Amino acid sequence: MTSTAHLAPGDIEEFGRELDKIREEVLADLGDRDARYIRDVIAVQRKLELGGRVLLLASWLPPAWIAGTAALATAKILENMEIGHNVLHGQWDWMRDPKIHSTTWEWDIVCPAEMWKHSHNFVHHTWTNVLGKDRDIGYSAMRITPEQEWHPVYLAQPFYNVLLALFFEYGIAVYDLELERVPSGEKTPADVLAQLGVLARKVRRQIVKDYVAFPLLAGPAFLPALLANLTANLTRNVWAHAIIFCGHFPAGAEFFTEDRLDGETRGEWYVRQLLGSCNIDGGPLFHVMSGNLGHQIEHHLFPDLPSNRYAEIAPRVRALCDRYGLAYTSASLTRQVGSVWKRVLRLALP
Amino acid sequence: MTVTLPWVLRSLAEAGRWLSTPLSPEDYLSLLDPLWPAGELRGRVEELHPETADATTLVIRPGRGWRAHRPGQWARIGVDVEGRRHWRTYSLSSPPHRPDGRITITVKAAPDGFVSRHLVRSLTPGTIVRLAGPDGAFVLPEPVPPRLLFLTAGSGITPVMAMLSGGIAADVVLIHSAPTPQEVIFGDRLRRLAARSPYLRLYERHTRSAGRLRPADLAVLCPDWTQRAVWACGPPQMLDDLAAEWPGPAERLRTERFTEDLHPAGGTAGGRVRFATTGRETDADGATPLLTAGEDAGVLMPSGCRMGVCHTCVAPLRSGRVRDLRSGLVHGEAGDLIQTCVSAAAGPVELEL
Repeated sequence: MTSTAHLAPGDIEEFGRELDKIREEVLADLGDRDARYIRDVIAVQRKLELGGRVLLLASWLPPAWIAGTAALATAKILENMEIGHNVLHGQWDWMRDPKIHSTTWEWDIVCPAEMWKHSHNFVHHTWTNVLGKDRDIGYSAMRITPEQEWHPVYLAQPFYNVLLALFFEYGIAVYDLELERVPSGEKTPADVLAQLGVLARKVRRQIVKDYVAFPLLAGPAFLPALLANLTANLTRNVWAHAIIFCGHFPAGAEFFTEDRLDGETRGEWYVRQLLGSCNIDGGPLFHVMSGNLGHQIEHHLFPDLPSNRYAEIAPRVRALCDRYGLAYTSASLTRQVGSVWKRVLRLALP
Repeated sequence: MTVTLPWVLRSLAEAGRWLSTPLSPEDYLSLLDPLWPAGELRGRVEELHPETADATTLVIRPGRGWRAHRPGQWARIGVDVEGRRHWRTYSLSSPPHRPDGRITITVKAAPDGFVSRHLVRSLTPGTIVRLAGPDGAFVLPEPVPPRLLFLTAGSGITPVMAMLSGGIAADVVLIHSAPTPQEVIFGDRLRRLAARSPYLRLYERHTRSAGRLRPADLAVLCPDWTQRAVWACGPPQMLDDLAAEWPGPAERLRTERFTEDLHPAGGTAGGRVRFATTGRETDADGATPLLTAGEDAGVLMPSGCRMGVCHTCVAPLRSGRVRDLRSGLVHGEAGDLIQTCVSAAAGPVELEL
């Protein structure tokens, strides 16, 4: 890699050791403050959701519809991003609370947690940005780097990226079935069928809740309540899609070939995580609402450190990268979203 | 009505589950009342009563789902210290069915007891704790034997206190050891009880001045001790001595053991690893991940990144301690989920796999 050509192997290992040190310092310092943080976020999220649901019982009144939908959308975003994503990473396992644990959590999204943990925590976080290994590069549907061979189907990718944004939760669910691994024999049709069964049960419960049960409770306001749920889910989908695409696809993110993995050291793994990830600048509220994925670099270096700590260690990580002359890519949300779309549009063409 | 009510309730609960999916209705109801969830039994510590300089009684209001205990039984209590949950077992010191519906445990702060020190020194009223139990076989049978001997030391008095405060229709001798009169837990209550009841004889052994009680002393203090049904609770040394020299039939000696929450240091040597579910065992050195050790022993181990990133390989620890191969830190309590790919045995280890 040209971006690390100035570093000797010893430097890279030293860089890794410095990151290990940051990790250990945070781990040793975890305590009441962190536990209170996640419990507070969960309590706020549940109250917001309850509040939104109650308001929507009166959703024939436009102010109630607007406030209820906003509360519900915010609650769903918080639940998926700052709570669900991070709990499922095991960031809060250290508390030993079975109610807030990666092995027991199920989230308010159609994709079952168990399927997502495999494709995200293991496949994506281990093989980040390695072509042919990290399925998150274009999500097996889009051409996101020139190294991916062009095919006429990619001409339509700007269009289906919009569709993916709107129906992101279903996109993730289908993606996590890993259908493309069936023809190669890596996955058996029986495995897929079993997962489909689990997925179908979860989809049914999610749909009944949002589009049948709560609208029915609203009685005469059935239709406005249904539309409110739809709006909340779509808002969450579009927001999550935007944030997640900014993680590895804006300009500056590097991709790697499989040979890099041969004998990859801890230091080299860290460097790959750093160079393959991009941050989004923003204030504390933005970071909470994006599940702290604006700190994508810190998240990829330390996927199981509690998310409330990323903002605290970010300046140290950045200073460390400066010291070693390694790129630390960060820009505003509009810049990063624009950069992603430029890539999606440009690479639709050969 | 009596027939339809359960059906109505069941349907309501089912509707609640559909509305709260993927969570449960209890997850939302606990926002209003933390004692509500019966799925995760809880209690609120409402009062703290110091008993001695280093022992305190916790008055706990148990949440929905608590079933009454029998005097002498214990409960497990889960308390968060520095953000982490710790479970400990304590004898219930209250009689069952108190009019106020509350239960008590009495905790003595051990010098190096991380949790007991927290409970005695730092706990504040209003704290929500997790509960499990009650359980335990250290209980009086029905009918109660006519002549009883309670042999207790230190906080070993707690299960006996629960029995005595409920009232026992028998001839009871209580021989209790504590370093000094001031350090007798429930000292005043016991002395008052003994003064009031002709059927309870109390002998206090103050070990700092009189030395430790030996089984041989019993013949003097309670000449018919071998004819009595004995309930003994105290430190392991005392119970071992007693069991070794007990001349009566084994079924007449009941003991309750309090083990301290100490962890063996566990050097860098590794240890014997047992996979409890599959029954397989192997020796692992202190540098081999438990994941590798298990795979080599033929256990079907869950695994993912093999570098501590993805948490696919976690398995519950049944006993023992493990070393985090990244930081060298030794940790682990029963029930902890261990990342087997980056943890090695620190002494003998049992995993639920």
